[in-house]
Amino acid sequence: MRVNGRTHELAVQPNSLLLDVLRQELDLTGSKRGCDDSSCGACTVQVDGVPMLSCTMLAASYQGCEITTVEGISDGGGLAALQKAFGDFGGSQCGFCTPGFMMTVRWLLANNPDPSEQEVREALSSNLCRCTGYSQMYQAIRAVIEAERKSDKTELAGATC
Amino acid sequence: MGELSVIGKSIAMVDAAGKTTGAGKYTDDLSLPGMLVGKILHSPYPHALIKSIDTTRARALDGVVAIVTGEDAPNQYGILPVGHDETALAVGKVRYVGDNIACVAAISEDVAEQALELIEVGYEPLPAYFDPEESMKAESYLIHPNRPNNIEKDYHHVFGDPEKGFAEADYVAEARYIANEVTHAAMEPHCTLANFEIDPHTGKQGRLTVWSSTQVPYYLQHKLSLVLELPMSQIRVIKPLVGGGFGGKSEIIPLEIVAAVAARAAKAPVKITYTREEVFWAHRGRPRTIIDLKTGVKKDGRITSVACTVIQDGGAYCSYGVVTILYSGALLGALYDIPNIRYDGYRVLTNKPACGAMRGHGTVNVRFAFESQMDEMATTLGLDPAEIRRTNLLKPPTVTVNGLRVLSYGLPECVDQVVTRSGWKDRRGKLARGRGLGMACSHYVSGAANSIIRSEMPHSTVNIKIDRDGGVVVYTGAAEIGQGSDTMTAQIVAEVMGCSLSRVKVIAADTDLTPIDLGSYSSRVTFMAGNAALRAAEDVKKNIMSAAARRMNCPPEDVILRDDHVWMRDGSRQDLQAAHSDTETARGHVDGQILRGSVLQTRKEEGARDHLSFEEAVVLAIDFHGALTGTGSYAPPVEARGGKHKGAGVGPSPAYSYSAQVAEVSVDEDTGVVTVHKIWAAHDCGRALNPVAVEGQVIGSVWMGLGQALQEEMIWKDGLVMNPGLLEYRSPSSVESPEIECIIVESIDPEGPFGAKEAGEGSLAATIPAISNAIYDAMGVRLREAPFTPERVLAALRAKRDAKKIEMTGGVDPTQPKTFREHGGSLWFRGKGPQRHPADQARLGATVGGAD
Repeated sequence: MRVNGRTHELAVQPNSLLLDVLRQELDLTGSKRGCDDSSCGACTVQVDGVPMLSCTMLAASYQGCEITTVEGISDGGGLAALQKAFGDFGGSQCGFCTPGFMMTVRWLLANNPDPSEQEVREALSSNLCRCTGYSQMYQAIRAVIEAERKSDKTELAGATC
Repeated sequence: MGELSVIGKSIAMVDAAGKTTGAGKYTDDLSLPGMLVGKILHSPYPHALIKSIDTTRARALDGVVAIVTGEDAPNQYGILPVGHDETALAVGKVRYVGDNIACVAAISEDVAEQALELIEVGYEPLPAYFDPEESMKAESYLIHPNRPNNIEKDYHHVFGDPEKGFAEADYVAEARYIANEVTHAAMEPHCTLANFEIDPHTGKQGRLTVWSSTQVPYYLQHKLSLVLELPMSQIRVIKPLVGGGFGGKSEIIPLEIVAAVAARAAKAPVKITYTREEVFWAHRGRPRTIIDLKTGVKKDGRITSVACTVIQDGGAYCSYGVVTILYSGALLGALYDIPNIRYDGYRVLTNKPACGAMRGHGTVNVRFAFESQMDEMATTLGLDPAEIRRTNLLKPPTVTVNGLRVLSYGLPECVDQVVTRSGWKDRRGKLARGRGLGMACSHYVSGAANSIIRSEMPHSTVNIKIDRDGGVVVYTGAAEIGQGSDTMTAQIVAEVMGCSLSRVKVIAADTDLTPIDLGSYSSRVTFMAGNAALRAAEDVKKNIMSAAARRMNCPPEDVILRDDHVWMRDGSRQDLQAAHSDTETARGHVDGQILRGSVLQTRKEEGARDHLSFEEAVVLAIDFHGALTGTGSYAPPVEARGGKHKGAGVGPSPAYSYSAQVAEVSVDEDTGVVTVHKIWAAHDCGRALNPVAVEGQVIGSVWMGLGQALQEEMIWKDGLVMNPGLLEYRSPSSVESPEIECIIVESIDPEGPFGAKEAGEGSLAATIPAISNAIYDAMGVRLREAPFTPERVLAALRAKRDAKKIEMTGGVDPTQPKTFREHGGSLWFRGKGPQRHPADQARLGATVGGAD
């Protein structure tokens, strides 16, 4: 199984869930179990870049896929821009849902670098948060987009010089 | 006080990185070698005697290590000293669907679940009570034998002369309001890991360590001691990160004790994690409530008298119930100036999961009724709803008729702010058909002035240790549950010590390490633990100041600590200040001198100085005093502890927060769907220590109120919760969440730390009536039953124009609610619940109000 760019050899039960394998076998406890039926999104991981709910996925079905968990998204050991922004803008309070949101928002921004507010809301609706009312998450996401846009412009300006 | 350097700045939580990277550990993320999984068997009956429990077949299953039942831990406990009516596992009787019967500790979840199916329990079903008004008539088959008529507690308070007040009124409004049941639904399901160490002297099980998702580590330590008959000193409770509480983890949840009982029997560490469905059964949420409210006013809107009767459907155990029913009455005061109050409160037992404390504890449903009625009176008298509120403002400093002391009072500014920001004067009543604006206010305590377990003990104590490395280590028992407790503590200490935030490390909520703190509930942490942190920092700072003063040849009071430097007043500070920004991180070394020897020795030839680094000053102080320690504690002042009447202990607080809100909604006449477009929420938090965190708390409260207003509701069928999942219990998703504009109002409380008071709960209560008042502005219907689901709005609209009644609400008009309906509301469910006893009178009476 490929997780966060590393290959692991595992023996798992046919009925083992991906979330349990990640948490219990690989000790990647960042992905959380908030419900038992894919209704809350706290267990979201990316499978080949697509956010999926690992609490209702059979681990054995994902051999050969590239699985990314929240532990795999940091920027060279430091916080990725999105992670930093969630902290700065209060997008994370109790933090239990945050890893799931990280995986969803990361996918959103990878596929749609400049989403409208409605697109952000729709993307986030796959994950539940009980603390923030989502408002400060939007601010964090907006700040990441703005920063990205600015750095793009700088790069562009650099290229033309 | 001068200019503040850390307080008042928006900063990320000190534990934010652990949360965004997934590195932070919650209880379920922990494991120990040899750890077993615990699973609990729950009752399928709402009320039944347990005739037998046979675990023989389950014990024989390979992989099962231990099975425990009620007999293994029969001591009663409860969060309130007056309500010790629970056992960790049922003894002789079950009282709700989901009550705990037995626990299996096994090598895996699969094995434990198989074993549960092999446990054979013989039940004798009893008649059960589900409706509080029916339950109050009960004379037989009582839920608890020592609670006649299934009434947990009733209170009857009279302040002033209510009858005279009504006689003086020009207009008296009277109505029944109903608020249905809601639950916390914190994202982290409850989890506990328990482990006994072997005592080296006796060779038997000795100390117990429990890691648990709790808001109240010290209460857990206390109750574990009661049930397990272990001295408190032999029990260590550690609170890892907690994934939200909202009150649901502010008392002892059965699994927290069951895990320890199972670990004792299994002689191995046991971890129990609730499934989401079990979380709904554990519940302890906001009880469904009937409020009969009567208010008298003069023509100018001045309130002359209030009479309020509250019936709460408390579920099968006391839990926080006595406090909840008292808050409902006490917090009629302290928001407005009300000269006469009569309050009758009934906390009633029913065969449902116990209700407890939930964000805005006790005040929310009554505030919905009160603010709705205020709006109605304004309409009747032709007054602006903002004006009628201004007419009834308190004039602090004051003590209310029911004995609540109010010092800081930002409500007038809150009202002004939301009136201005929302365009209230120009827009209310003038928006297009189907769109409206509504206003409401609310308030909440900054911690209870009297603790649950009465004693003279301070409510919070904080210790600080500073060693030669210059690091400031703060030990606090306050429980970080996502609200920012650790960050608040670090900020206050950094501000007082004049050091950077990165120098401060907070160690929290570990009963072996941290001094006692009552925990995170009733919005007490910033005010109480904050004040204790402030005093601890001042205590330890004194030693640094006196050591620095000797070096600087000046009186200690002329020493200033700021920005990781120590200055002499009127010294060279101004020249050097520019070189050191507020965000400079701690350097953590003084050119190797800390290891080599003291600054005093190496620099004794240097003569007097007017500037030292923080580390230099610390080393000087340690050379003189030894390692630096400081302690601070906080107990609410006697003047803030309330009156002398029975039940006066609940409601008094050293300070109250205030909130005013305006909601803008539109109503779809064809579907009954209410859309909230925007909420303006002004909140008086005294001083915003960390504005981004305050905004997060206020927005989160308003948002949770929005959920209760529009869509959250626990649906019951014969005592079975019909929607025990996060899809069926519909808290708002991101697409359903409107923009919430938070306006911080700072009234600078004279007793709060840096003037701060409550921020995390008070706003919730105003949101529900603000929305119902906006629906009235939009459509002219006054909904008196929450939540305002499409079927209720539709039923109200149809009743208004006398159209055919809709089946979904059983023909009931939510503008005139009479009783709880068994089901209906958000979901139209015709499924069958658990069988009731054939002789169950409630079965026959269940059709009242249009069930089925």
